[in-house]
Amino acid sequence: MAAASSTRVWTPAGRNRDRRRQKEQWGNPVTYFIALIFIAVCIAPVLYLVLGGFRTNSQITTSPAGLPHPWVLSNYTGILKSSTFWGEFANSTVVALVSSVGIVALGLMVSFVIARYDFKLKGAMYSLFAAGLMFPLVIAITPLYIVIKDLGLIDNLFGIIIPQIAFGLPTTVIILVPFLRAIPKEIEEAAALDGASRLGFFARMVLPLSLPGVVTTGILAFIGSWNNYVLPLYVINSQRNFTLPLGVQQFSSQYSTDTAKVLAFTSLAMLPALIFFSIFQKRIVGGLTGAVKG
Amino acid sequence: MSESLGTDTVAGSQSQGTFGAGGAGVTASPAPPRAAARRRGRARMRLEITLLSGPAIIMFLAFVIFPVAVAAYYGFYRWHGYGPATDWVGLNNYKLIFTDPAFQQVLWHNLLIVVLSLVIQGPLAIIMALLLNQKMRGRGLIRVLIFVPYVISEVIVGTGWSLMLQANGAMNDLLGHIGLGALQSDWLADPNLALWTLMAIISWKYIGFAVILMLAGLQSIPDEIYEAAAIDGASFWQMQRRITVPLLGPTIRIWAFLSIIGSLQLFDLVYIIWGQYVSGTAGTSTMAIYMVAQGRDAGNYGYGSAVAVVMFLISLVVALIYQRFVLRRDLRGAVTEGTV
Repeated sequence: MAAASSTRVWTPAGRNRDRRRQKEQWGNPVTYFIALIFIAVCIAPVLYLVLGGFRTNSQITTSPAGLPHPWVLSNYTGILKSSTFWGEFANSTVVALVSSVGIVALGLMVSFVIARYDFKLKGAMYSLFAAGLMFPLVIAITPLYIVIKDLGLIDNLFGIIIPQIAFGLPTTVIILVPFLRAIPKEIEEAAALDGASRLGFFARMVLPLSLPGVVTTGILAFIGSWNNYVLPLYVINSQRNFTLPLGVQQFSSQYSTDTAKVLAFTSLAMLPALIFFSIFQKRIVGGLTGAVKG
Repeated sequence: MSESLGTDTVAGSQSQGTFGAGGAGVTASPAPPRAAARRRGRARMRLEITLLSGPAIIMFLAFVIFPVAVAAYYGFYRWHGYGPATDWVGLNNYKLIFTDPAFQQVLWHNLLIVVLSLVIQGPLAIIMALLLNQKMRGRGLIRVLIFVPYVISEVIVGTGWSLMLQANGAMNDLLGHIGLGALQSDWLADPNLALWTLMAIISWKYIGFAVILMLAGLQSIPDEIYEAAAIDGASFWQMQRRITVPLLGPTIRIWAFLSIIGSLQLFDLVYIIWGQYVSGTAGTSTMAIYMVAQGRDAGNYGYGSAVAVVMFLISLVVALIYQRFVLRRDLRGAVTEGTV
């Protein structure tokens, strides 16, 4: 299924797609109207944050809902010059990248086993990870804190990364297993006939064919890590190890009277996840479709 | 299947294949080498399974399952987080939890949030997904924009909304400008309003995920069904009601499951907007807030662990009941048996 939907892109069906695009009409105006209202509600608060960063505090006090007049850049430039912001940005980036790579690598390996091997404990293994969906981080945070403390990882970025990988595995396994199952048996058989071992098959065929699912889980893991708040709240003490969510919170309490600056900081902190998501959003929807169908 | 495989290479790389069976049955190769090869193949397979799944399983057990077990252990102690736990209090922590009116209150809030999330987000998300599933221009862009609140972190959502909803904030200013000054309120502090404010923010943040999930589900419904219905003269809304919503059933049920579990665990948004102590009086506190306030913030780690166990048990019971009675059809053979 996953393979089928991705091959559609490779086939020289350009003409076909053009014809379909011509058929795409403008749609019902009522639909547009409702959709626009819905989107306005979704986007307006975000715009408020971004625009608010271009205002001064006196503008915000006198007219909280107004547009910037005049536009002020100093809030943004001030933050972009601060080493605090970039330090937190770097910490978030490291944590998100390492966590995502770990989640995808370990998740793909175990999903491959669950999807393509025949052994007794296979069902139990899948159930174990599926059950993991029921344990979001919050529930385990008190004892998890104790475990991390015993490992000496308090105030260490690995104290965030390692638990994040563990908690990211269930979603990854649930999404990837249907993708890996969908790879036709014939390809595996052909690979075997050509003398490829099962691990060779994994490296040369499974990885490329399951790419849509891998990308989806990777993005979800990255955004999840980028936005994680509870774990850093518990694990990180010193400011030099802060990730952006902690930074936002600290900044907003430290500068609670300087609303404009807080808005600017908040806007800059959400940009990376938004950009990352907009680039890859088609993949996310594609990956979810594969998982829901499977 | 692998029982009947003949050659070494095939046995080492085959679990689901079918072609080995015939060849192995026909060729009358002597028994001992075959058995040895099979054993070697099996051993190799076991090694691969261990190497590939070992790291993930160890991580998962150590950092997901083990902490819950640790919580179960510390939940029987009065323990303040340093030194070994020695002050065994048996089920006393649990007795305290269920006799504490504060816990009953947060439990009630959680249940309200569960129900309101389903009732508010479900129908809205289905309608939006139905509308957006039609052929129209800019559909891709619309989908991206709807997902934006979901992608932004809870900290940012919380910080932004709390600024907007303050008594002298943008929301009240806006209401005044558009002639709805009568609606101006203290959205965050008014105990009669705070829970509804929270529900509005939750709906805003998470409905995009519901819509995207439903859209993904809609894409798997074949066009032919609609074409057939159109030939039979069905109207647009008839088709949605009779075809789409029933066929969307699995997606709706899975979304509802994720929403229920998420609502039971709600923490970040409330903590950031209302802070740990104010939230009780604002009427928005949740079990997780209670847990953190009692455990980490007040230093009663034993009691906090017991609250974590209670939350875990409530989630587990809800999940099991839900799987047993609602998800049964969708997950049959998935979660329960592990094979499809």
